[in-house]
Amino acid sequence: MIIQQISVFLENRAGRTAEVAKILAEANIDIQAYNIAESNDFGVFRLIVSDTEGAVIALKKAGLAVVLTTVLSASCPNTPGSLTKILDVLAGKSISVDYMYSYIHGDANQAIIRTKDIEACQAALIAAGIA
Amino acid sequence: MIFNPEKECMSREDLRKLQSERLVKIVKHAYDNVPMYKERMDALGVKPEDIKSIDDIVKLPFTTKKDLRDFYPDKLFAVPRSEIVRFHASSGTTGKPIVAGYTAHDVENWAEGVARCLAAGGMSKEDTIQVSYGYGLFTGGLGAHDGATKLGAAVLPTSAGNTAKQIMLMEDLQSTGLCCTPSYALFLAEEIEKEGKKDAVKLKSGFFGAEPWTEGMRKELEAKLGIKAYDLYGLTEISGPGVGGECECQNGTHLWEDMFYPEIINPETGEQLPDGVEGELVFTTLDKWGMPMLRYRTRDLTHLIHEKCECGRTLCRMGRILGRTDDMLIIRGVNVFPSQVESILLEIPEFQGQYYITVDRVNNVDTFDIDVELREEYYSDDIAAMNKLADKLVGRIVSVIGIKPKIHIVEPGSITRSMGKAKHVTDNRKFK
Ligand SMILES: [Zn+2]
Repeated sequence: MIIQQISVFLENRAGRTAEVAKILAEANIDIQAYNIAESNDFGVFRLIVSDTEGAVIALKKAGLAVVLTTVLSASCPNTPGSLTKILDVLAGKSISVDYMYSYIHGDANQAIIRTKDIEACQAALIAAGIA
Repeated sequence: MIFNPEKECMSREDLRKLQSERLVKIVKHAYDNVPMYKERMDALGVKPEDIKSIDDIVKLPFTTKKDLRDFYPDKLFAVPRSEIVRFHASSGTTGKPIVAGYTAHDVENWAEGVARCLAAGGMSKEDTIQVSYGYGLFTGGLGAHDGATKLGAAVLPTSAGNTAKQIMLMEDLQSTGLCCTPSYALFLAEEIEKEGKKDAVKLKSGFFGAEPWTEGMRKELEAKLGIKAYDLYGLTEISGPGVGGECECQNGTHLWEDMFYPEIINPETGEQLPDGVEGELVFTTLDKWGMPMLRYRTRDLTHLIHEKCECGRTLCRMGRILGRTDDMLIIRGVNVFPSQVESILLEIPEFQGQYYITVDRVNNVDTFDIDVELREEYYSDDIAAMNKLADKLVGRIVSVIGIKPKIHIVEPGSITRSMGKAKHVTDNRKFK
């Protein structure tokens, strides 16, 4: 499934991620999954939330640089070999992954995958019976 | 429009005559009434009688900012206190400020200078000029105010700050001219953009000064505010804003040299330099009686152009100010002007014009760190892309300035936008 991830630009300063979490909490928005990628001076805080539109409004109002990023959410059951299966499919189609992380949606374990060509990635996974 | 064609377009020959006459008078006035000038001229063996024409100006001693501090508050005044009608003071970063005193005639001339600048930038009595320079001891507010009044325009004296109200009045009273520092103009432009009021604002011309700015900043201000942006040059020591201003050609700042005589000197040797050569700008006030300045060293680095301008004015022009001799940072032995960093930033579309430089010395090596902001659309999920932008900026700075900075991309809006003169540098190095 193709979903929208929120990417927030943050300077590497103590408490910065906590401030983002607080803004979302105050807007009554649930963070379902997150991941922080860092460079030297800054990082990108990536979030999957219950109300994407509301989160963007709340974060922009706080003056933060926010962009929406299209990612793929693929089922990745909590059993040995399920991640390998996904990666094998992508490798077979020469699709390189920019980054990925996992989250639990309800009872299902999901892998969030970001690649240059999300559509091709989704098609490959569907063809392999993973959606 | 040319406010005073008789003066602004006079033949170079007549101008020289006028400058010579005025120099003779003002040197005598300074010598007779200001002990410092008498002592210094005596020490050089120069008498007022030795000054016969404007060419003799090179015989006179220089005056510096330090003199204004040393002779605080009024020991350089050349008239009885009863003749003084106005004081201004410049913000000193350390210790006492410098004080300027003006006679009624001086205030008139000052207003004339500003009126010429406003007219040169397309303003007339039909216009409403919003003065967003600070009012008070700072010469910006009252200087622009008096000049706009002399022109016959309607003045909207909003002073600096309270940005929301500034924009409301700008829209409601349909201001057509804006006078403020370029950094505050940029801040106003951003706020106007945020409020979506770009079309509601009817500004035509902006007059920006009190801090050096660049061509890149001009382009940005013109695009964001839908105006023509003109340099309004001046300094408290010489009078205030309006010592010179740009005409519609935007090709150099005309200096009102019938009142303020400019020279360019080699800052090391004090020698006069020819047209086109960069050096320190020096002014002699030819018709200012309260606090006459003989060969005042501005510390501004620029060059002069005496060729007649296409606008018809014969009064000379100066180029962009490269920086102040004392703004110059020496980092790893290389001269760096903060304004160079700004010019580079404004040439790269992915970056905002705001920046903050931090210089330090770690293990005997100078560090050169620059905080910068990206334009909104370039903040992304792609860390590699953002790092590539930082590398691109490093490359540009290395090729222009010659040393390698460390670039830090910071969050949007996190570099302080100032209301007055923007502070762009912290130098933490301790020099013993
Ligand atoms: Zn001109």
